Amino acid sequence: DWGTLHTFIGGVNKHSTSIGKVWITVIFIFRVMILVVAAQEVWGDEQEDFVCNTLQPGCKNVCYDHFFPVSHIRLWALQLIFVSTPALLVAMHVAYYRHETARKFRRGEKRNEFKDLEDIKKQKVRIEGSLWWTYTSSIFFRIIFEASFMYVFYFLYNGYHLPWVLKCGIDPCPNLVDCFISRPTEKTVFTIFMISASVICMLLNVAELCYL
Amino acid sequence: MGWMFLRDLLTGVNKYSTGIGRIWLAVVFIFRLLVYMVAAEHVWKDEQKEFECNIKQPGCENVCFDHFFPISQIRLWALQLIMVSTPSLLVVLHVAYREGREKRHRKKLYVSLGMMDGGLWYTYLISLIVKTGFEIGFLVLFYKLYDGFSVPYLMKCDLKPCPNTVDCFISKPTEKKIFILFLVITSCLCIVLNFIELSFLVLK
Repeated sequence: DWGTLHTFIGGVNKHSTSIGKVWITVIFIFRVMILVVAAQEVWGDEQEDFVCNTLQPGCKNVCYDHFFPVSHIRLWALQLIFVSTPALLVAMHVAYYRHETARKFRRGEKRNEFKDLEDIKKQKVRIEGSLWWTYTSSIFFRIIFEASFMYVFYFLYNGYHLPWVLKCGIDPCPNLVDCFISRPTEKTVFTIFMISASVICMLLNVAELCYL
Repeated sequence: MGWMFLRDLLTGVNKYSTGIGRIWLAVVFIFRLLVYMVAAEHVWKDEQKEFECNIKQPGCENVCFDHFFPISQIRLWALQLIMVSTPSLLVVLHVAYREGREKRHRKKLYVSLGMMDGGLWYTYLISLIVKTGFEIGFLVLFYKLYDGFSVPYLMKCDLKPCPNTVDCFISKPTEKKIFILFLVITSCLCIVLNFIELSFLVLK
């Protein structure tokens, strides 16, 4: 579950700028924790309590599938996974750099800079040269992923507000039926919260880009 | 137990992998295991409860569901993940065997326990081939079982005890289709990574 992601990203924390560290904190506390602790409860019964004013079997299924092609929770989970992944590029680059340095050390080249292999592993890698490019492109990808997920969300759900009734006339529904969503206000509140957290993360990323 | 056990086992594999092997591990962990656990599992959670047929005849829904879903897509996904991750353990076992041999003979037999030479190279190659075979096998099985990678919203069923051809409606077909597509894409990505690693290993 999310612990795996936490372990991966925690490793990246060491090599980030201070804004990067703030970003990691915001992601984990305001987005992952909120998703796990609160949002799963609110969206848990989304299909069970989705009710349409008809007894026709199949109408509810079809209407639910039409209005919610992908559930909000799943979109947020995917957004968090995709947004955290570019940080792995940085982790891989640092690991590759360390591997190369260790290889040179074993061949006897950088003996005056490091005492032993343990020293190489503990050294804090500075963000310059090719690592700067990797870091910058990872932030750039992060911004692109955030923006595209926010756009997909807006496009799929016609905005960030959930209505309490939806009208549905798809086959096999016999006519235009009223369908009622469960807990629309609570869902709207959480949606606005997640969107604001997303915007804050994007601003942090832009600030980090300018800083670099 | 659960998925954390698999995760811990695979973390041990990381030490003895090539660079591309580590990328493969990262892809499997993040894009397949993590997505499965936090998102995909919940989509199929109530698949039988919300499967509805337009008929009151008891037993008809059960029979139709069983006919259309002999094994649930999500269970196939989980089996695929387990079978595809396991060949990497062959490498860990081989390294442990080398360690055991060194202890028994009480002297250094190998340059480095994890170095990819001699028998370990062959083990790694075999594990790569078996991994790729499982990936392709599961994709073909999936395609054959479900007539492709899409999920229709309506299926017609006329098995006994259903009195005639009834309409049966699947729950969340679009969301399921999206996640199955995700599964197929990550599976293909892993196959490509395996082929690249295979060619590197053979050509080096």
